[in-house]
Amino acid sequence: MSPKASRATTPPMEEDIDTRKINSSFLRDHNYATEADIISTVEFNATGELLATGDKGGRVVVFQREQESKNQPQRRGEYNVYSTFQSHEPEFDYLKSLEIEEKINKIRWLPQHNAAYFLLSTNDKTVKLWKISERDKRPEGYNLKDEDGRIRDPATITTLRVPVLRPMDLMVEATARRVYSNAHTYHINSISVNSDYETFMSTDDLRINLWNLEITNKSFNIVDIKPANMEELTEVITAAEFHPNQCNTFVYSSSKGSIRLCDMRASALCDNHSKFFEEPEDPSNRSFFSEIISSISDVKFSHNGRYLMTRDYLTVKVWDLNMESKPLETYQVHDYLRSKLCSLYENDCIFDKFECVWNGSDSVIMTGSYNNFFRMFDRNTKRDVTLEASRENSKPRAILKPRKVCLGGKRRKDEISVDSLDFSKKILHTAWHPSENIIAVAATNNLYIFQDKVN
Amino acid sequence: MEQNTEAKRIMALSLGKMYSSRSQRGGLRLHRSLLLTLVMRSAQDIYHSSRVVTEIWPANGQHAQKALPAEEPMDTSGAQFQTCALTTSPEDSQLRCAKSDENKENLEPVRSNRRTRKRRGKAAGEPDFLPSKRARIRMEAAEELLSAQVTELCGTNCLSERTCSSHVL
Repeated sequence: MSPKASRATTPPMEEDIDTRKINSSFLRDHNYATEADIISTVEFNATGELLATGDKGGRVVVFQREQESKNQPQRRGEYNVYSTFQSHEPEFDYLKSLEIEEKINKIRWLPQHNAAYFLLSTNDKTVKLWKISERDKRPEGYNLKDEDGRIRDPATITTLRVPVLRPMDLMVEATARRVYSNAHTYHINSISVNSDYETFMSTDDLRINLWNLEITNKSFNIVDIKPANMEELTEVITAAEFHPNQCNTFVYSSSKGSIRLCDMRASALCDNHSKFFEEPEDPSNRSFFSEIISSISDVKFSHNGRYLMTRDYLTVKVWDLNMESKPLETYQVHDYLRSKLCSLYENDCIFDKFECVWNGSDSVIMTGSYNNFFRMFDRNTKRDVTLEASRENSKPRAILKPRKVCLGGKRRKDEISVDSLDFSKKILHTAWHPSENIIAVAATNNLYIFQDKVN
Repeated sequence: MEQNTEAKRIMALSLGKMYSSRSQRGGLRLHRSLLLTLVMRSAQDIYHSSRVVTEIWPANGQHAQKALPAEEPMDTSGAQFQTCALTTSPEDSQLRCAKSDENKENLEPVRSNRRTRKRRGKAAGEPDFLPSKRARIRMEAAEELLSAQVTELCGTNCLSERTCSSHVL
């Protein structure tokens, strides 16, 4: 795949568009990013027509792929902003004297049943169901109010008329249809929609709750790993996901590097797993930071439901659901960092949570790294590539050039040495179109969309 | 000995991170706190076991070998300090018992209803993952090890660490 670039930046809100126009070009040119614009999650919907991003400021921006036109065959369906809305606001928990961040941790789309689109978005404590719908007609000719909405003086009304619908400029509106709150003591790290399209689960550090999409005042706890004595806590849940087509099956990953597969038919509380996936630790790699780097930051089922992919700090692993003792495949993302773990601990980078994604056919996996690099691994050919998402290398329609990190010794031209890597530029969130070779890569506050080269 | 220095440095780092995470926006993160605690414990294990080795060593080299049967050879090569093999042998209770109370504190911050009932300014109630008052003891230990680090740089040997610890520089 030879990706070519088209870049979208998070657009300003309508109200302050003037000041943002002045400031954003200055900020962009000088490489500053306001913290609220940092993208915290990226997700395609089931058809790939829509792409949603969430940011630290609690906003959701939805992009829509434009229809391919015969007039401009080279514009192969680019993504444009479709809707922007404030999903979560900062809150304050008065009882615990804690601020609840508005940062969007995850977005998950629901399958489409009618003209409207639905997505779930969550911050640390509250999940919300948003409905995104189009309005292109407006009623005109009311009797009791005039066109501006002002109430008419009843004395002036002499005739009655039936209001008619007239076309108007397309307006996309987002409304919060459900708010699922007060179910999590700890910070929510994942949400996952069940293949039954009736339920979803929300996961925090110690518990997983099952919700019915229609019901907001009740949720069922299905996993609880909180020990009676918190002193005995040894692991937390880091991510969870439902199986793509078995509605009774889900997995959750832990900070100890293990994955548990649970079957909801077995019991109401799934504390006992059906399968336990863990690779024994290599004793020669033991260090102060072994526990941190083995903590799993993301877990994803393959589209066909036969494999699992997990991401820890240095590797991506593909597991066969039928083999619990060790992964099927292990890919080194950036093994050159293994000798730098102490520095990465000092600057907090070792705590970064990278995500990983499958392509539509489950043949290629992708994950991010530092210096705005992201990596793709082809499972069949065993080839891998490192690409960079940066302004300089991504003029529209430019072909991305593979990058290489040199480990030491002689540095060839075009290679970058480990010590020159910019650890503030990290790619934690990426997404792959469900059926085509289109990827979305979030680099701090910028979103890059790459497509396969048109011949 | 480089292991020892590194362990102390990591302990001080970890402690600093634990305290700064209390004032983080969004509240204390349980996952992060747990990882910091695990690193702290690993570093503590190394630090304490290497201290015992050096204290016994001048008396009799043979005793050092016997006292720590589970100790694996440490790799003290310069650049790759973290490739040292860690001792995580809880059966070394004779060396650990003195430290077991302190270790408990570092397992996970404790919630004790009795302690947190007291009103402390803004925080009327505390979430159960905030460190309790016992964490103060760790602060003193951190000061001790930081001053010990400085003492070492001055060239005094490990045996006199205890006597030098009161010299706060």
